[in-house]
Amino acid sequence: MNMHAQPQRTPAETALIDAFGDRLSLLPGDGAVMLKRDDAIETIKHGLPTRRVESWHYTDLRRLLNTVPDFDPAAMAKAIAPIVDGSTVVSILNGKSDAKVPVLEGVSFQRLSEKLVDGSAAPGLDPYGSDDAIGALNTAFVADGYFVDIADGVELEKPVELQNLQAGGQTHVRLTVRVGAGAKAVIVERQTGDGAALGSSVSQIVLDEGAEVTWLIVQEQPETATHLAQFKAHIGKNAKLTLFVMNAGGKLVRQEIMVRTTGEGADFKLRGINLLAGDTHTDVTMVLDHAVPHTTSTEIVRNVVTGKARGVFQGRINVHQYAQKTNAKMACNTLLLSDDGEFSTKPELEIFADDVICGHGATVTEIDHNHLFYLMARGVDEKSARGLLVKAFVAEVIEELDDEAIVEALEARLDGWFAAHG
Amino acid sequence: MLEIRNLHARIVDDGTEIIRGLNLTVKAGEVAAIMGPNGSGKSTLSYILAGREDYEVTEGDILYNGQSILEMDPAERATSGIFLAFQYPMEIPGVATMEFLKVAMNEQRKARGEEPLKIPEFLKRVKEAAASLSMDMAMLKRPLNVGFSGGEKKRAEILQMKLLEPKLCVLDETDSGLDIDALKIVSDGVNALRAPDRAFLVITHYQRLLEHIVPDTVHVLYKGQVIKSGDKSLALDLEANGYAGVIGEAA
Repeated sequence: MNMHAQPQRTPAETALIDAFGDRLSLLPGDGAVMLKRDDAIETIKHGLPTRRVESWHYTDLRRLLNTVPDFDPAAMAKAIAPIVDGSTVVSILNGKSDAKVPVLEGVSFQRLSEKLVDGSAAPGLDPYGSDDAIGALNTAFVADGYFVDIADGVELEKPVELQNLQAGGQTHVRLTVRVGAGAKAVIVERQTGDGAALGSSVSQIVLDEGAEVTWLIVQEQPETATHLAQFKAHIGKNAKLTLFVMNAGGKLVRQEIMVRTTGEGADFKLRGINLLAGDTHTDVTMVLDHAVPHTTSTEIVRNVVTGKARGVFQGRINVHQYAQKTNAKMACNTLLLSDDGEFSTKPELEIFADDVICGHGATVTEIDHNHLFYLMARGVDEKSARGLLVKAFVAEVIEELDDEAIVEALEARLDGWFAAHG
Repeated sequence: MLEIRNLHARIVDDGTEIIRGLNLTVKAGEVAAIMGPNGSGKSTLSYILAGREDYEVTEGDILYNGQSILEMDPAERATSGIFLAFQYPMEIPGVATMEFLKVAMNEQRKARGEEPLKIPEFLKRVKEAAASLSMDMAMLKRPLNVGFSGGEKKRAEILQMKLLEPKLCVLDETDSGLDIDALKIVSDGVNALRAPDRAFLVITHYQRLLEHIVPDTVHVLYKGQVIKSGDKSLALDLEANGYAGVIGEAA
């Protein structure tokens, strides 16, 4: 066998490479930015990852991505109401940021397109290793987004909601947030739209010393959209990050999460809900690096699978040799409601330090018959009783967030999904 | 109100026959006690009345107000007025107790063609019922039965019974796990619900409960059959002499 043989390109690969040639002159940035884009498209030219690439084993992107829509600059997307009333909303409509950024004390918003043009965004554009197809796709095509800076010590009372709203075609956006020392914020990342789109979205956040952030990703793409997303975080000394991910839509979704503790006392919580229906594929893949001593993390992912939906959770925790006293716990629980649905869970712990506490667990269950009988014995009909139990299974994760406005907002999203798929 | 005729039932999973030709009639307004040694089929009978699908009726019938309930699912039985107070109430994480009470009450109202309760009226009823059972409202903010002590769970069952106002109340070993004070509170709760149009089936091991909830009739269940029926003196007799005598008589 000839190891250097290039497999024949798929229509999707060809479309992406052609689109890059067509779009090149329209993409913001030159010099350093353009060099990054060139490198990135080379990665795509080597082929989209297949199941033979370990991190893509359960999501064979080359096989699953069978159509790539053209860019549609004329498509219209409209800003939507935030999930929490009174939030500061910043929207990316059909891949473009708004020239009018909000004014919020202690927070600066900058359009990413400007930072691509002046080259200052270039250092952040490197993909995450050689298998990073989403990073490469985004770096090649990214045209806009926002750069948000929350000054030291600023405590935001209301959430900042970053909306990425597609209207079909392709969109490639990036959100970069720095949270200053001791600052506190709730940031909502909305991912939705109404087109048969292909989108990549990369979010990056840096938490300085003692910062506390709750970041909510609310993904409700239509069942025609391919959504390839990344969330990358560095958590500094004594900083706390809670990442809540809710996937409730999309045809092909991959949400990657790369988190690194960079200062002692850093704490990370991942809480995930995957509501999977129809003939869809949703993959949440996390790589967490406990890179310094005395850092903690817990990950809880709850999945509800109906129809022919397929889901994946890969959770990899790397405890570096120097990272003594790490405490990390991971759980993935799936409620399988149909015979045709499936969910694959792959926990991985790589531990190079010897004084750590690490654990993981995974369960796949059906609705508990005893619970169902109990509710029905009180007069709740079977359909409603099942609905209550399924909602309870995921609502547990939401209620833990402990902020009434957010819990209510997320439960409303949950109710919306159940109304559509119950 | 309730007529059980030559009932035979088995466990679906392994086919074991538990109820073997049981006959029992309970009239409106009556409190009937079901007693019997372990394994006689007492709890199974309560589950079959409530419609648990782990059991299969192979022969006979259960008539409730003259109509067979065998084809009804648990929810239909509940909305028609049958209530089972569980021996071991289920803990259901994630379902808030108050939310559950509201859903259950309104589902039953809906089935009877009534309007859903307005929130203030709902809260008023729950508060009154909770107070009468010396239950703390804070407990009802927790997920259903989660972290409740054995006694709290039993009180929560009686609370549900009060709120749902059933016509046929089946109490499965409601006294187990209760201390004397809790037993008194729970019994008072049950007694307050006694009414001419309501019947109770009180399943218990011990005479103790029947000192508080005085039965009109007592039935001894053994190997899936009622082997002896009598009035409350039968319970005292069993307490004094055990089941052996009654079983010997029947054999």
